[in-house]
Amino acid sequence: MSEAEWTVIVLSLKVAVWATLVALPFGILAAYALARWRFPGRSALNVVVHLPLILPPVVTGYLLLILFGRNGMLGGYLAELGIVFAFDWTGAALTAGIMGFPLMVRAIRLSIEAVDPGLEGAAASLGAGRFARVVLVTLPLALPGILMGAILAFAKALGEFGATITFVSNIPGETQTLPLAIYTALQIPGGEGAAIRLVLLSLGVSVGALAISEFAGQRAARWVAGR
Amino acid sequence: MIKASLRHRFGDFHLEASFDAPEGVTALFGRSGAGKSTVLAAISGLLRPDAGRIEVGGKVVFDSEAGIDVAPHRRRIGVVFQDGRLFPHLSVRANLRFAERFARRPCDTAHLVGLLGLEPLLKRRPAALSGGEKQRVAIARALLSRPDALLLDEPLAALDAARKAEIFPYLERLRQEAKTPMLYVSHSLSEVGRLADRVVLMRHGRTLSTGPVTTVFADAEAAAVMGFRDAGALIDGVVAGQDFGDGLTELALSTGRLILPRIDAPEGARVRVRLRASDVIVSVALPEGLSTRNVLPAVVEEVVEGEGPGALLCLRCGEDRILARLTRRSVRGLGLGAGQPCFAVLKAFAVPPEDITILS
Repeated sequence: MSEAEWTVIVLSLKVAVWATLVALPFGILAAYALARWRFPGRSALNVVVHLPLILPPVVTGYLLLILFGRNGMLGGYLAELGIVFAFDWTGAALTAGIMGFPLMVRAIRLSIEAVDPGLEGAAASLGAGRFARVVLVTLPLALPGILMGAILAFAKALGEFGATITFVSNIPGETQTLPLAIYTALQIPGGEGAAIRLVLLSLGVSVGALAISEFAGQRAARWVAGR
Repeated sequence: MIKASLRHRFGDFHLEASFDAPEGVTALFGRSGAGKSTVLAAISGLLRPDAGRIEVGGKVVFDSEAGIDVAPHRRRIGVVFQDGRLFPHLSVRANLRFAERFARRPCDTAHLVGLLGLEPLLKRRPAALSGGEKQRVAIARALLSRPDALLLDEPLAALDAARKAEIFPYLERLRQEAKTPMLYVSHSLSEVGRLADRVVLMRHGRTLSTGPVTTVFADAEAAAVMGFRDAGALIDGVVAGQDFGDGLTELALSTGRLILPRIDAPEGARVRVRLRASDVIVSVALPEGLSTRNVLPAVVEEVVEGEGPGALLCLRCGEDRILARLTRRSVRGLGLGAGQPCFAVLKAFAVPPEDITILS
């Protein structure tokens, strides 16, 4: 593996891991709210959560640019706080996280809806407060779904292309993740060889991640079921 | 002590319940759909009634007029649900620890674990427990949270007869030991007769009569609500004779003796027996040449005629009251009416073991 390829892989994993980890708490919160709370604006939240899945990725990327670009609506303020997304790997992670968010929320929401709400009632009767009930009862029981949601978001983050290239461009070592590197290689005459190598690496990373997640998912499901 | 007075409606169903449950076991009895579980949910705080006032252990936990609605986890009311509701991802031990963790005061866990026979189950997960075992764990878990009151929502309804028989001794021990007032929802007369000190009768969302279980069970009007078919009064007796070499036990009642199949209790033990009204025969003259020796002198107190062919007689036997279910034709044929002396006749084998409770 060449140093350039290694850089691409490390960057891709870094972007995907951060995207998943940062999105996860928000994903759990959104999924719980959609599954268990009845509040005004619930359908609006549902639409917003699903937007990245429905919109063309280029549109999402462009919206991010408008919001978080250097001269964006929020970008300017955030830059003063030292937070910069534009043309930075953090921007790639933000994009990847947002693109994976709907998949994550859907999986987690389904698993939370499958948990008997009566168990939270039982926990309340034992003296457990609202937060304790969610953290000690519902979330552990939804663990297989939470893992599944995280894995889906991670996979989406590894493969994200359109929104990323629109928002943070294609800068080697900074924002050039695996799909972008493959795209770049294909743009160069005679770059098929390099592209194939990257494709194989991409395949390896994805299959590896899938195998680990399958294993973890099965363990979690067995643990929850009490067997 | 639980004091509740509630109003609630959803759809066509109107709930209007009002009762007191002092120390001991109070049964909330009624058919399915009478509103028993709704009352329980309101007391535990899992359902907010439209209006009313609920007081538990001297604390007001709900008062619609004063705007008080204490959150369920601050009410300190333990609940044993019909389906147990154990946390499936936790072992039995961890389920119990969950309750200890949120309890205000420490509890003698080891004693309770022993009382309910849970030692062999501690390491298991709920998925590996039988229905009866689950309910024992659920009862222990609810008590470990040191509640001011314990609500049991048909805890035995989902169990078959064998599992019920297995869990009953534990409940009876608990009733003798626990200081916590218990509200026990049930639609089984036999369960109520064995476990309850007091009964609150419910029908169509309303509370009807309230009183000591022996009084309510012997009340012909109440029996009409509970169902003529299953009606039966409770009588208390003392084990007076045992081991005649024929496997029988003699109970001393306030008048006469009752001979029953062997009861596993020492002489002098107080025993409560439910005599099903349909098993009681009434005779106006002292019968002779009968196979049964259980012939108790009685006086008719009241005759209640039902819609169908049956009538319910309330008989006074000394200090005890017995219900007898006869046909209206027999009542007329024998000229039975209030004040008429008669004899109540009962077969020894008419009383199944599940209708016998050892009180002490």
